[in-house]
Amino acid sequence: MLGTTVPAGKLIPQRSIGVCETIRQLVGIMAPSFDNLTEDNGTYDSEEEIDFSDLKEQYDVRLEQGLDAFVVADGLPIVPEESKPKLVKFLIKQLNKVGKVKEDGFFMPVNDQGKTEGYAFVEYHTPQQAIAATKQLHGTAIDKKHTFAINKLTDIERYGREGRIDDDYQPPNIPDFQEKEHLRWWLGDPNSRDQFVMLRGDNLGVFWNKKKDPPEQIIDRANWTESHIMWSPLGTYLATMHSRGVQLWGGPSWTRQTRFPHPLVNLIEFSPGEKYITTWSFKPIEVAEDDPILSQDEEGKNYIIWDVATGRVLRSFHMHDLPTPPESETGQPVKKKIPWPAFKWSSDDKYVARMLEGESISVYELPKMTQLDKKAIKIEGVMDFEWAPALPQRDSVKTYEQLFCFWTPEIGSNPAKVGLMSIPSKEIVRTRNLFNVTDAKLHWQSQAAYVCVKVDRHSKSKKSLATNLEIFRVREKGVPVEVVDSIKDTVINFAWEPKGDRFVLITTAEVVMTTAVPPKTAVSFFCPEKIKGAGVGNFKHIQTIEKKNSNGIYWSPKGRFVVVGTVHSQQSFDLDFWDLDFEGEKPESEKDLTANLKHMNTADHYGVTDVDWDPTGRYVFSTASMWKHTMESGYHLYDFKGELLREEHIDKFKQLSWRPRPPTLLSKEEQKTIRKNLREYSKDFEEQDRIEEDKEKGAIVEERRRVLNEWLAWREREEEELKAERRELGLPESLEDHDEADADGKTNGEGAVVEEIVEEVLDEIEEVA
Amino acid sequence: MRPILLQGHERSLTQIKYTKDGDILFSCAKDQVICAWFSANGERLGTYHGHQGALWTVDIDPSTTLLASGAADNTVRLWDIRTGKCVKVWNFDTAVKRVDFNEDGTRLLAVTEKRMGFLGTIVVLDVIVDVEAEQSDEKALVITCDESKATVAAWSYLSRYIIAGHEDGSVSQYDGKTGELIYNSPAHEEGMQVTDLQMSSDRTYFITASKDKSAKLHSSRDLTLLKTYLSDTPLNTAAITPKKPFVILGGGQAAMDVTTTGARQGKFEARFYHKVFEDEIGRVKGHFGPLNTVAVDPLGRGYASGGEDGYVRVHAFDRGYFDFGYEVEREVGGAGAGGY
Repeated sequence: MLGTTVPAGKLIPQRSIGVCETIRQLVGIMAPSFDNLTEDNGTYDSEEEIDFSDLKEQYDVRLEQGLDAFVVADGLPIVPEESKPKLVKFLIKQLNKVGKVKEDGFFMPVNDQGKTEGYAFVEYHTPQQAIAATKQLHGTAIDKKHTFAINKLTDIERYGREGRIDDDYQPPNIPDFQEKEHLRWWLGDPNSRDQFVMLRGDNLGVFWNKKKDPPEQIIDRANWTESHIMWSPLGTYLATMHSRGVQLWGGPSWTRQTRFPHPLVNLIEFSPGEKYITTWSFKPIEVAEDDPILSQDEEGKNYIIWDVATGRVLRSFHMHDLPTPPESETGQPVKKKIPWPAFKWSSDDKYVARMLEGESISVYELPKMTQLDKKAIKIEGVMDFEWAPALPQRDSVKTYEQLFCFWTPEIGSNPAKVGLMSIPSKEIVRTRNLFNVTDAKLHWQSQAAYVCVKVDRHSKSKKSLATNLEIFRVREKGVPVEVVDSIKDTVINFAWEPKGDRFVLITTAEVVMTTAVPPKTAVSFFCPEKIKGAGVGNFKHIQTIEKKNSNGIYWSPKGRFVVVGTVHSQQSFDLDFWDLDFEGEKPESEKDLTANLKHMNTADHYGVTDVDWDPTGRYVFSTASMWKHTMESGYHLYDFKGELLREEHIDKFKQLSWRPRPPTLLSKEEQKTIRKNLREYSKDFEEQDRIEEDKEKGAIVEERRRVLNEWLAWREREEEELKAERRELGLPESLEDHDEADADGKTNGEGAVVEEIVEEVLDEIEEVA
Repeated sequence: MRPILLQGHERSLTQIKYTKDGDILFSCAKDQVICAWFSANGERLGTYHGHQGALWTVDIDPSTTLLASGAADNTVRLWDIRTGKCVKVWNFDTAVKRVDFNEDGTRLLAVTEKRMGFLGTIVVLDVIVDVEAEQSDEKALVITCDESKATVAAWSYLSRYIIAGHEDGSVSQYDGKTGELIYNSPAHEEGMQVTDLQMSSDRTYFITASKDKSAKLHSSRDLTLLKTYLSDTPLNTAAITPKKPFVILGGGQAAMDVTTTGARQGKFEARFYHKVFEDEIGRVKGHFGPLNTVAVDPLGRGYASGGEDGYVRVHAFDRGYFDFGYEVEREVGGAGAGGY
């Protein structure tokens, strides 16, 4: 409660030392330090509830009257006595920026030569103001030549007392440059294997994928994270969550790279280029006064945006007040979800933006974190927005721009709108009016070539729902919009092919209700039709698979293959593997389409909760996490064709995540050459696989031989000993006859059948005729 | 091959035992009746009536003359196998959870429950292997388990030791003559009950099954841990197969949880592990409740399992079972036979 400790790392300017003497004369004796008292009092308070309000009052008063409200302002101009009042007036004005200096709370001594000493003692009204002055004014410019050095008076005494600081200048000890481990070491694996991280129980481990064989453990630490884990988007860091903040790990020995001490952090989000990280805690941050990283600015905030490389705070934010939740029909307030991520990043880490629902979008420029043009962009009614996930390449636009897409609902007689805004110009590139809109979802294609707006529309009576897809062709001149309105049902999921122009959606006829039986759904595939010349044709429906329960769409990160599955369901748990460029025969009816759809395989994974493709699109993990349910937690590993390679049930399995890879450094031509010569390469790899397999098999066989010989030797010893003991006791060497026979051979194996008929006279009655 | 389903009990099975020759199978269940069956065809040979409480355990002396049984009516009974007559009743203070004859059938141990202020004990009774003989009322030896009650126990080779498994997961070795505790080792996870303990055919080593989802092989001489078999479900029973180097484990989720979760979570399968390599090599499905007991034909021709579902399933091993072997085993020289 009386927590007053001193910022440890604060530098005191050399001149302040001289001030000490004056302070002593001024103050006499230091007020007693309460530091030792604080903790004890705290525990008494909670445990025994001793009423010490009288004591508290006593201490409180002393604090107010003590030295905590005093600061020493140093680095001031030295002026003759006559110009002192002018300077004092000016300085007080400066000092009042962060608080209120007491009426007679400014004292600037004058020396024998009639000049000021270049420092002054200042008393604020409260210790808080004094702290604010040290935090905010220290190091700021007074004029061109002078800079404020503001320190708490108590600090001067504490650090500046004689003997505390060496009079001679000691050069700071700067440790020699230590070469850090290569953070992208894992990409150099000779077999191009991928890593994944797995959290089960309290143990967190990183493994190499070994396909059918048990994954090779690289590292395993207990209690490495307190909740979940996350890779940075390019795979460089592994983020672990702790009650005291977030830690990033990397390099071959998994050393800590950075810490972000956001207390009680709940969620984190990296920027796409992993330069920055957003942390969020539901509980507002409480900053301890001596916190080396967080400043008083962070007090009471919920979000912090950090610089990953330096581990420093760029800016912190309060949570927007959530709009009062509308009451549901039953009168219960609907719990509103915290929007996450609240801060959305442009694809190049240059901008980060946050929406104030219904009002505006604030765009901040990195790394200064200042608002673009110093004000939020007003968009009345804005419901959602999404940045383009790649640098947009609009037709005939040469200048740098980032785009985001947003939508606003119907307000009064104005129609709902979907818009595209260019940043930094804030120019609206395209808008489209929509009617009868219940909800809209924005889906960018991974290269920002298209943005599909999934619009849920209600009929006039608001009874039935239907979905339209409004596809903005961002790269074409004038951003034309294509409408796909052939869908009669509600679309519950939609996904673009990564780096492609095809998409999959799942519809359901029924309104999704929380019933035990999952709703029947239909899966539809779409692709552009073939057109002559360059460009992309209109989107056409390829095929719809009815009567499924599917709800999840998981595209291979390289496109072409897609897994459509049913997750989080007790009743069905199928995963369908599809190929959109099947190399076999193509039906005549689909010859105009840029896809050849083929169902490759169906896999079953009971209780599956998540599906994760490896970054190369070669393997897929389906996992059942104990966070969702406790049944049969564990994972299945499939290849891209849907063939099961491996399954493992793991108690308390929680999370599994492939390590992402940074984009390839090979040029398009180089990639093309590789693709062309794939057969030759694969020969080598197959050979390697075989050698590896043989080697491992050899090792296993060797191990088995050892174990078996050990066992046989043990048995022999035991048997000998037993025989000896039996001889000692004068018993036959072996327990029974047939055991002996067994040892000799299997003469008794079949067993001689001995039939024995036992006749027993139970009762005899003689009947006399 | 299809197993033979024995539907003679009305309640869950508690123990199954084969005779030394493997031709007859004895089963006991909570329905207070012991059944004897021909193991070859599943025909019921007879029943043994008399107990007034759930039966927990049975054992047969090596000459297949006498049958001993222990039950929740606080008695151990001795039966004439041939006629089904009860020849002796010993009374105890609490229920009897396990009986076991030593290798010549002259001594019988009984494990009593800890209840109503009585501590769990292991009692040794002298038996005369003759149906006509007058059996002694005297308890030859009483071992009191004051630390943690014994749940299972068995005689070692030459009746030298009594090996007991405890509620706290530990295994003890007592002197077979004096009853003195020689050694107690924490075999399984602390607090995870040892649910079964079965001896190898020469009684020089034994297997324990535990609620901690593992079964372990130990040496009778010094309780050395030899092998560990890990499964994914609490285990109720484990047996060592003669002839082939396997062990059979049985278990499943606790009976009280069965109704609250899906059948696929039950794990009501008999699991076969390689005795030496500790790998799981096969499973046998069939029961629709947890397996409470597994017994193997002493001649290695088959095994029987009894479940919470009230059925006994008698399986004859088929050719694939006998042919199975690791390459290493063949190399080492046809060691697949009885010796190990």
